[in-house]
Amino acid sequence: MNPAAPAPPDPAAAISVRGLVVAFGDKRVLDGLDLDVRRGEVMGFVGPSGSGKSVLTRTILGLVPRRSGEILVLGRDIARISRPEAAAVERRLGVLFQQGALFSGLTVAQNVEAPMREHLRLSPRLRGELARLKLALAGLPDDAADKYPAELSGGMVKRAALARALALDPEILFLDEPTAGLDPIGAGEFDDLIATLRESLGLTVFMVTHDLDSLFAICDRVAALGSGRVIAVGPPRELAASGDAWLSAYFRGKRGRAAAQARTG
Amino acid sequence: MSGAPTFTASQDRAGALLALAGDWTIGARELEDRADALVRETLGARAVTFDCSSIGKLDTGGAWTIDRALQALAAAGASVAYAGASREHAELIEAARFRAFAAPPRAPRSVLLDYLADMGAAMRMAGGDVVVGVAFLGRVVATVAAAAARPSRFRRTSVSHHLEQFGVRSVPIIALINFLVGGIVAQQGIFQLASFGAQPFAVDLVGILVLRELGVLLTSIMMAGRSGSAITAEIGSMKMREEIDAIVVMGLDPMETLVAPRAIALALALPLLTFVADMAGLFGGALVAWSYAGIPPVVYFARIKAAIGVSTFLSGLIKAPFMALVIALIATREGLAVGGSAESLGRRVTESVVKAIFMVIVIDGLFAVFFAAIDF
Ligand SMILES: Nc1ncnc2c1ncn2[C@@H]1O[C@H](COP(=O)(O)OP(=O)(O)O)[C@@H](O)[C@H]1O
Ligand SMILES: [Mg+2]
Repeated sequence: MNPAAPAPPDPAAAISVRGLVVAFGDKRVLDGLDLDVRRGEVMGFVGPSGSGKSVLTRTILGLVPRRSGEILVLGRDIARISRPEAAAVERRLGVLFQQGALFSGLTVAQNVEAPMREHLRLSPRLRGELARLKLALAGLPDDAADKYPAELSGGMVKRAALARALALDPEILFLDEPTAGLDPIGAGEFDDLIATLRESLGLTVFMVTHDLDSLFAICDRVAALGSGRVIAVGPPRELAASGDAWLSAYFRGKRGRAAAQARTG
Repeated sequence: MSGAPTFTASQDRAGALLALAGDWTIGARELEDRADALVRETLGARAVTFDCSSIGKLDTGGAWTIDRALQALAAAGASVAYAGASREHAELIEAARFRAFAAPPRAPRSVLLDYLADMGAAMRMAGGDVVVGVAFLGRVVATVAAAAARPSRFRRTSVSHHLEQFGVRSVPIIALINFLVGGIVAQQGIFQLASFGAQPFAVDLVGILVLRELGVLLTSIMMAGRSGSAITAEIGSMKMREEIDAIVVMGLDPMETLVAPRAIALALALPLLTFVADMAGLFGGALVAWSYAGIPPVVYFARIKAAIGVSTFLSGLIKAPFMALVIALIATREGLAVGGSAESLGRRVTESVVKAIFMVIVIDGLFAVFFAAIDF
């Protein structure tokens, strides 16, 4: 990327970011970040802890103010359009927060119904059925629907939160460390689920992850964050072969090699 | 590219053919109507084929409603099939295959019965609260006694921190409230007693009422609201974030680290605050007596001195540590009873304040009976 001649953001991309700067006080967490996520692809984000992956996600979602830069989500800049227009864009996004962020006063099924209730005019019966379908898709047993979030294990919270993120059949799904806290089998099922949904719904997936298995299994491309920008982007296999010190340590450590081999062999 | 979900139905000897078109997505207004129409139009046909080849967009909501229609027809005895679905759509229909979810069991109950059951449960809970409360009191006393026996385990910093929170920071509001109430009592006393020509006795009234009852009662209620809620919220959110569990697995006793310092601090703060309240109440009375009835402060305080004995003064102060203990007990116990949800935290804080104020008044009543019996 040549800062002297920045390319304009690409409205055809699912997400297009140019020259994004986000700072807290004096500390620049993101410093001139450029990024394109194509429609229908699964884009993984990796980077050391504290490199700003969550901040990037939250900035794209409009939850963190930016100092400068442009962000197009589905061709629109959320910060520069009217509130109703922004809501129309946000309705097409699904977000799975790092901690789940389920509403603790509502049952799991009511949590999934909440966005449908706000945005759609559905009969209560269909809404209830769809909520249970989404929960089943996310791999939760039927009896979890009427439990409260406090009664769920960490992995179940993630699944319930995914079901809620899928409630409106979004076009872009944001996942912040979706498989962290899941058992390996559960994490594998989660990957398969994302892959199926992507195939059938044409979903674009923006996924922050530390899970190398996930990266190799479902990501079309991976972007590595470092010093406030994207330092490398490409298919996981290409990134694994790159020369960057952090990347090679990340991919060629014991765990990285095992994950890569599992996919080849 | 976008269009409302539509279909055309045609019949031949083999059965019905439903050609679906448009976008069958969850956002489409007509989705449910159209899906119901699918069933209506072809009900009774021996075979129904869903032709999906012209469907534009499809999502899980759409696939679910289409499949629900198909299953309804199948249940009515038709042989049903999909035709012409693209690979993606077929996969989606497979993923969102209709199944009847067991409706959550909701037994029909009468409102009256529910109401009675709630009342019974509340009574049982209240009974349980007393038992648990007494047990809890025992543990706190044992902890405090152990701390007294081994002063090295006494959490001085924690106690002094809470002493500042509960004590020093409450002085202005407590002084203000009691100053006002002392004034109000004096004004009412002067006004009402004037018709008997007994105006000077208003001063006795202020002195006795403030020192015996109002000072300690108002202070306790204020502390139940101000410090009790803070204690419950603080301990409750620690409970929610597993901080209490962390304390336990470190081999520490939450009773000693969390409950005892707060109870001790409150027991020290409340008598001191009650003294402040008493003084403020008397001064409030003095001001009103002077400005409203023309009783000069010198006369006012001489009368006070004549009207009250040490026992009047002490009977208020003696109650304060008991009030403090009850407030601290209720607040810490409600805090430790918080469950995992934010809602439960809110409920517990409310409970804590309501129960503490109630108990403060009950205890005050018990003391009134006791002091009357022993002529104190
Ligand atoms: N609200 C905030 N205020 C100040 N600093 C923040 C805030 N949110 C994040 N940061 C800082 O931004 C950096 C990136 O955080 P984050 O995006 O959470 O990292 P990660 O890549 O592990 O998700 C961290 O150094 C963090 O301390
Ligand atoms: Mg993070």
